[in-house]
Amino acid sequence: MKFGVGQSVKRVEDHRLLTGGGRFTDDTAATLYATTLRSPYGHARIVSIDTAAAKAVPGVVAVYTHADVAHLGVVPCLVPLSGPVTTPRYMLTGDVARFVGDGIAFVVAETREAARLGAEAIEVDYAELPAVGSIEAALAHDAPKIWEAAASNSLFEWNAGNADTAKAGIDAAAHVTRLRIVQNRVAPTSMEVRAAVGSFDDGKYTLVFGGQGVASAQQQVAKIMGVEPEQMRIVQGDVGGGFGMKAFLYPEYILVLHAAKDLGRPVKWTGDRGDAFQSDTHGRAMVSDAALGFDADGKITALQVETWSDLGAYQAQFGPAIQTFAGGRIMGGVYRIPAIHNRVHGVVTNCTPVDAYRGAGRPESAYVMERLIEAAARELGLGVDEIRRRNLLTPEELPHDNGIGLTFDIGNFPAVLAKAQVQADWDGFAARKDAAARKGLRYGRGMAYYVEIAGGGSTEEWADVRVASDGIVEVAVGTQSNGQGHETAYAQVVSERLGIDADQIRIVQGDTDRLNQGNGTGGSRSMAWGGAACQVAADDMVERGRALAAADLGAEVDYSEGVFSARGTNRTLSLGELATAHPGGLDGRSSFKPAKPAPAFPNGCHIAEVEVDPATGKINVARYSLVDDFGTLVNPMLVEGQIHGGIAQGLGQVVLENVAYDDDAQLLTGSFMDYGIPRADDMPDAIGFDTLGTPSPTNPLGVKGCGEAGTIGAMPSVMNAIIDALDGTQLEMPATPEKLWRVCRSLELRQAAE
Amino acid sequence: MRDFDLVRPASVAEAAAAFAASGDAAYLAGGHTLIPAMKARLRAPETLVDLSRLPGLTGVTRDGDRLWVGALTTHAAVAEDATVEAAIPGLSALALLIGDPQVRAKGTLGGVIANNDPAADYPAACLALDATIVTDRAEYGAGDFFQGMFATALSDGEIVTRVGFRVPTASAYAKFRHPASRYAVAAVYVARFTDGVRVAVTGAGPGAFRWTEAEAALTASFDAGAVAGLTLEDGDLSSDIHCSAEYRAHLCGVMLAQAVEGSING
Repeated sequence: MKFGVGQSVKRVEDHRLLTGGGRFTDDTAATLYATTLRSPYGHARIVSIDTAAAKAVPGVVAVYTHADVAHLGVVPCLVPLSGPVTTPRYMLTGDVARFVGDGIAFVVAETREAARLGAEAIEVDYAELPAVGSIEAALAHDAPKIWEAAASNSLFEWNAGNADTAKAGIDAAAHVTRLRIVQNRVAPTSMEVRAAVGSFDDGKYTLVFGGQGVASAQQQVAKIMGVEPEQMRIVQGDVGGGFGMKAFLYPEYILVLHAAKDLGRPVKWTGDRGDAFQSDTHGRAMVSDAALGFDADGKITALQVETWSDLGAYQAQFGPAIQTFAGGRIMGGVYRIPAIHNRVHGVVTNCTPVDAYRGAGRPESAYVMERLIEAAARELGLGVDEIRRRNLLTPEELPHDNGIGLTFDIGNFPAVLAKAQVQADWDGFAARKDAAARKGLRYGRGMAYYVEIAGGGSTEEWADVRVASDGIVEVAVGTQSNGQGHETAYAQVVSERLGIDADQIRIVQGDTDRLNQGNGTGGSRSMAWGGAACQVAADDMVERGRALAAADLGAEVDYSEGVFSARGTNRTLSLGELATAHPGGLDGRSSFKPAKPAPAFPNGCHIAEVEVDPATGKINVARYSLVDDFGTLVNPMLVEGQIHGGIAQGLGQVVLENVAYDDDAQLLTGSFMDYGIPRADDMPDAIGFDTLGTPSPTNPLGVKGCGEAGTIGAMPSVMNAIIDALDGTQLEMPATPEKLWRVCRSLELRQAAE
Repeated sequence: MRDFDLVRPASVAEAAAAFAASGDAAYLAGGHTLIPAMKARLRAPETLVDLSRLPGLTGVTRDGDRLWVGALTTHAAVAEDATVEAAIPGLSALALLIGDPQVRAKGTLGGVIANNDPAADYPAACLALDATIVTDRAEYGAGDFFQGMFATALSDGEIVTRVGFRVPTASAYAKFRHPASRYAVAAVYVARFTDGVRVAVTGAGPGAFRWTEAEAALTASFDAGAVAGLTLEDGDLSSDIHCSAEYRAHLCGVMLAQAVEGSING
């Protein structure tokens, strides 16, 4: 089987995507074009809006403000943790603009340019209000309040674990390592910016947008628009990167539908890069105080973490969950921690709302723990590998309840660590450090042992099979590829199951008229549950075929490689022949839901080595190695691609990426001129990748999910390597050249003084 | 971007006439500054006069101690040109450090110097290589041409046609790139001539400038030791969210040393 599970098959979607055959949201036709007028202020009262001049601009057909769309309500926060205090995000804000980018008006015109001119002609009288541009400013005792009904800008507190035993464990520890750790705010910067096309025809809406799944959007959007789900078709074509950011609804998606119905014509909104930096949800943005206690043998006694999570101006759809349910329960990783407590405060600021971004809380938790454990190793005089060996859970200790809501099921963490050390040529480090020193460079090594929660949340997934008369098996899936290569990977699963070649299989996605069930793509869940659904759907289709073929052939039949054969005869019926004889007879919808739903725990060990030029502070990631336990690999090449991309985003946050606001909450990084993302030459020359898989028992394929893992391991390993190169000086992301130069200079001065 | 009229003149004279005829025109060469500015609605000229197809404004020739580069020669063409490489390898290296391959394929020498972005690379080369900048109306020494941030000696509608770099005995460019934009945060061009050394800095301040103390020290003794410890006053340098003036001042010293080493080691 040249296309089965486990093969590094080339991506079937690439020819289409690389030759201009992709169909992204902006490729969808419309006859009207929209633009959003956004607040240029971080915090301002809207005294008045005069749209008369805008409406007079040639080509402008409508200008909507809050009053026109207030009846549509809000983009709901799906996980409000703030009790009775709400942070309603209306489709357009009416009273107060709460961040740079908050939508004020929506202009629809015959051309994109006319819409822009219309937006520029709107006269808004703003009264600037005191703003908070950071967590510190938000928590200051005289801070201006963003939400009047709240007691302060700290909207909620969430706790996991046992505060008393954790405190006791810290108090009794022979040694305690304490760090304040800042995780900078970053922008997801998908290659394809957000866009939406809305239309209304014959009582039914159609919304096209680049998202991460159609079924949940159908339910949510139908509710907002006040129609039944059947009256709301959601379509998602090719999507150029989502990273969590595209999993959610944005006001423009509702506004194009409202305008389309109001004006009787399809309306397209396509953001530009400035819209993206201002209005796409951001990621990370938090400060943590953490304490890790050890006994005299270097074994962990307790972990206490208190985090202030910057939610932005509004609680985004999943925003409050990121540092709590999504990531807060995996604080501490796969170490043996007898007592643990994690407290999270949700803090609002006059900044863009924060939500899921590649890893959604898990990178943040891993970053806290892995920074702590390497700092502890330095303080205790232990090797960074030794301290981990002493504290990693062993296979004999699994399953293990981590005390804050998770049970780690399977894995061999010490073995993965050992293999990663071999992969990284651990023993050759001293020679490499010497060689760098001879070139006048500082050299450091950092490790990270991460664990991630994959496929958590919704574990049910659907697949809908149709077999055409030519034998082509079309499988519609309820997840949504954002560029990961799902068309290839799912086809491999189906090919393996049916014994037919890839060119006989078509994977389709993203249309509620075709399949309106599914939980979408996110949290590294697609292959675990979508893959399982494809397996079940293929098996169910064979069973339907078996019954039909047996009746037609008058004998019991066997199925092999697309053909049913009557036992003991040479009479056969192919899938195509059966589909021709029984139109629709092979078709059907299947779903998979595990008997005992549980997430999988991909885990692995990343080892980074960096050079720092003390003269300039320039950093180079000289070596990068990792060994991951992803369970079964459906397509090793696609997995490795996910790792490369994940590392780029982790490394990017560590050395380059940073969303900056000033004290007035003015956005300072509104374009790629100021917001740095990694280029090819920022990446390590080579990434040494290997796996040591223990198949996950949670799903029939045994996969564990790999989409977010690279980022989770890269953030702490690269930062730990930088800290090591700086003789243990703790510093925060992004480790910019100037920061590194200043540390190098102070280390030299200190050395000179000694 | 806003609508505009596009004019494609057949000659420099026609281009200048078209510019003058419009009340609000801009010249389009490579477009890698102008077009993004128009897309960001920072500029909205009514007329774009496209210079990119004008004949005779591209290519490289050597004439005695001058290397002449046509104003519409792209950065990629300069980087790849054998005559440039033979005469002033430091200039080839500079061209290769501009932007990324897409920018180098479209961006032009004339476009860069007419725009005079304070972080652009070519102004440093022009100052250090004692360039003569020829337009459809006049000739300028580089020192007179660049007049601070986005300001030049060009009058309204004047078109740069070619630039003559004086061929040094040795030269090199050292650049510390902006992490996001890849423009120069601090970059130094060092050029050694038989009658002295010229040093120019770009990226660090509001416009490219000559570093006269470095020139004097290197003219006296052309080695990195001669400029060790030499620093710029950071009060005149730029400071932003990425790099402080103090850091830029320090980087100028490092880049100076690297450029001197590069000149010596070729």
